[in-house]
Amino acid sequence: MRLGFNFWLGATLTALVIFAGVLAHWIAPFDPVLDADLMNSELPPDATFWFGTDGQGRDVYTRILYGAQISLTVGIVSQVINSIIGVTLGMTAGYWGGWWDDLVNGLTNVMLAIPSLIFALAVMAVIGPGLPSLLIALGLTNWSWTCRIARSSTLSLKSQGYVQAAQTLGYGDLRIMFTQILPNMMGPILVMATLGMGSAVLSEAALSFLGLGIQPPFPSWGSMLTDARQLIQLAPWAALFPGLAIFLSVLGFNLLGDGLRDSLDPHMRTRKP
Amino acid sequence: MTMPLLDIRDLRLSVPLGRFALHPLLKGVSFQIMPGEAYGLVGESGSGKSVTSLAVMGLLKKPLAVTGGQILFKGQNLLALPMREMRRLRGNRIAMIFQEPMTALNPLSTVGRQIAEMFVLHQGKSWGEAEKLAVESLGNVRVPNPDRRAKNYPHQMSGGLRQRVMIAMALACGPDLLIADEPTTALDVTVQAEVLRLIKELCAARGTAVLFISHDLGVIASICQRVGVMYSGCLVEENETRALFDSPRHEYTRGLLGALPRLGSRSEQGRQRLVDIDSIIADRSKLTESRFITPRELEGSQP
Amino acid sequence: MTAPLLQVDDLHVRFPVAGGGLLGKGRRTLHAVNGISFELAKGECLSIVGESGCGKSTTALSILGLQEPTEGMIRYRGKPLTGAGAPNRIDRAKAVQMVFQDPYASLNPRQSVRTSLAAPLRLHGISNGSEVEGRIEAMLKNVGLTPEQARRYPHEFSGGQRQRIGIARALILEPEIVVLDEPVSALDVSVRAQIINLLLDLQEKLGLSYLMISHDLSVVEHMSDRVLVMYFGEIVEEGRWQHIFQTPTHPYTRRLIAAIPDPDARQPLGGCQENSANAAVSAGGQVQDVFSPPTRSELVEIAPQHWMRFAAAAQ
Repeated sequence: MRLGFNFWLGATLTALVIFAGVLAHWIAPFDPVLDADLMNSELPPDATFWFGTDGQGRDVYTRILYGAQISLTVGIVSQVINSIIGVTLGMTAGYWGGWWDDLVNGLTNVMLAIPSLIFALAVMAVIGPGLPSLLIALGLTNWSWTCRIARSSTLSLKSQGYVQAAQTLGYGDLRIMFTQILPNMMGPILVMATLGMGSAVLSEAALSFLGLGIQPPFPSWGSMLTDARQLIQLAPWAALFPGLAIFLSVLGFNLLGDGLRDSLDPHMRTRKP
Repeated sequence: MTMPLLDIRDLRLSVPLGRFALHPLLKGVSFQIMPGEAYGLVGESGSGKSVTSLAVMGLLKKPLAVTGGQILFKGQNLLALPMREMRRLRGNRIAMIFQEPMTALNPLSTVGRQIAEMFVLHQGKSWGEAEKLAVESLGNVRVPNPDRRAKNYPHQMSGGLRQRVMIAMALACGPDLLIADEPTTALDVTVQAEVLRLIKELCAARGTAVLFISHDLGVIASICQRVGVMYSGCLVEENETRALFDSPRHEYTRGLLGALPRLGSRSEQGRQRLVDIDSIIADRSKLTESRFITPRELEGSQP
Repeated sequence: MTAPLLQVDDLHVRFPVAGGGLLGKGRRTLHAVNGISFELAKGECLSIVGESGCGKSTTALSILGLQEPTEGMIRYRGKPLTGAGAPNRIDRAKAVQMVFQDPYASLNPRQSVRTSLAAPLRLHGISNGSEVEGRIEAMLKNVGLTPEQARRYPHEFSGGQRQRIGIARALILEPEIVVLDEPVSALDVSVRAQIINLLLDLQEKLGLSYLMISHDLSVVEHMSDRVLVMYFGEIVEEGRWQHIFQTPTHPYTRRLIAAIPDPDARQPLGGCQENSANAAVSAGGQVQDVFSPPTRSELVEIAPQHWMRFAAAAQ
């Protein structure tokens, strides 16, 4: 299987985010919260503070490393929730059809019609800010595309000979869905999840920017942007580096998703010279 | 000796395998088609019969590449022809029909307009005139109610009718050569018989030569005067159709004919076990070393 | 008298089809199968021939339980296989299995050969590891594959080998009836012979009954004991293979046989002209439309065990 440059770039960027998040505790030079020193506030990047310091004198580099933990958690957990909801609804709707299919389709269309950020805002307004509610809000809002893909894949896989064969061999519906259909649509679902991680990171940043996500003083890239907003002219690095981190990680997830799509495409996989 | 219409000489075609190696798809194929003659290429999937036809049409897609040989059409080497010239030949002097007409027809345009376009494009006719000619050509391929059918879109027609439309388009400009790549494989037998008869009669009436590609020996036998049998990128046997089926000389041809259940043979001889081609061919890799071409054709190919 | 192995009695399958009109006004009914009846005996190969849309595949799907009949009854050894009192999927699976046309689409690309053969056995309560292995090994040998190949995945096999795997999967539960849906039409010519020989060998060795769906009459003549000719959802002619191929009587049957391009035919493409052929069909039966209910006609025995459909008025 040949993977393109984009896939490797995406994989490297994603690996960098994972590396930063997992090892933040050991590689960060300072504490993200406690090492606040107003004497050091708004320092430009130098040998001690690689990315400079923010308005409260905290090291931006350290806070970005810790912020990666939040971004990763949000990206992965929200997409796991999204995929489980989307695949369950989409696969059963496609397989059983009938009124259940109509109901799921209606629900999907309603979800698609509501801007996901607004919906997440509403969820957050009900259950309050914080990381768990952020995960729930983002997990509940973005399953519609996964659901549509799962449904259409199921519809096409359902007519494959091996699914019919499983029916004649006496398999039950659930067993057919889990052994015959699900493994054969994992490719597109995985791609959707990876691409969704990028948008989840963006949504997290937006919600935190609005003060609904991660609560200060704990760092997330979005809340760092909020804090840096007032100082944008005095200390542009405090906004620049979190922004760059968001940009590069979202780019990484998207390139990885595209690369996976290409490599998991059965037409490209089965072609043997 | 008349000059052959199509003269394929030692055609070699390869697909790159990895960075440096080449995997040969055609290993030096040579055959000739005389003006007005129906020539059949028969072979199994992967034998190279379809890429041969694509090479003649100049429709090879990367990474397929011609690595040697010549395709002479009326003495002109098509492989050396610039794209512009090739486009002018295609559809005009050399036409092609495919297995699945639905994919070859534009779904957003009426069939009448699509046929008319051939006249506008290649013969410089006005649209009004071309549309009249289109209806006429639909009648020629025996589409019932041609004026009404000309206003239909491809999806409103059955597979057999669509294939007739394809034939009408292909023969619109009176080409010298019609390439038919498995044109009836997707059709029911009774429709297949009608379409085959149509191709045969129209081409005979207009003196159009046919290169007919099929895996079905029966179809080839019913339409072609001469047959070439392809196996693994080589032409292993070529002969007059009747002679080839009556006395196949190459072991692969013999195996292929024996593997086929023949209609009526059970009535005559009871149920005979079909020949397992692997049991009579010891070593498939040696198959392409021997080849049989009829003596007459060998004489003909001398310059 | 014992009940026949499989008995299909007055089977009807109709589909509602959305028509062209707005608000579903043009809703019509497609008569896919119109009251067909036949029996399949133990060890017999019965073929259903006809062109696309004649209802032969729908009939097969009904027998397999993949398509609910609108009317009529299908019985297996006298017990109903459809409608009230039908067995569940597990019990039905032991009676009827199917070999599919397309060997590429009919195997799950993510399951090894062993998994696709072992899973049905486990589902049917055979969980003893050595017994499962033993049956897989024996079945692979039966279809001409080696036990070592069980570890491999479908994409590692050629079309012919895949079809052997498909046959192994259909036979692993030891069904009595196997539906063969165009079993060789997607295969290369030289491989066809091998699969046809294999199917005939297995039929004799295991005492199988085949119900074959095919449009390839030369294969049908080679393999069948009896033949049903279907046209627009009805059986127009039925008989032993000799009847159908040596003394075909219904105009549609004749037309089908005449249309086969045969490498031995001295006269290429024999048979009647297309217009007269259509006329001939309408003379014997009547020109049909899948959307209109069938006109009255009946099967008449014209020779022992040789039946042909006549319009009721012609009686």
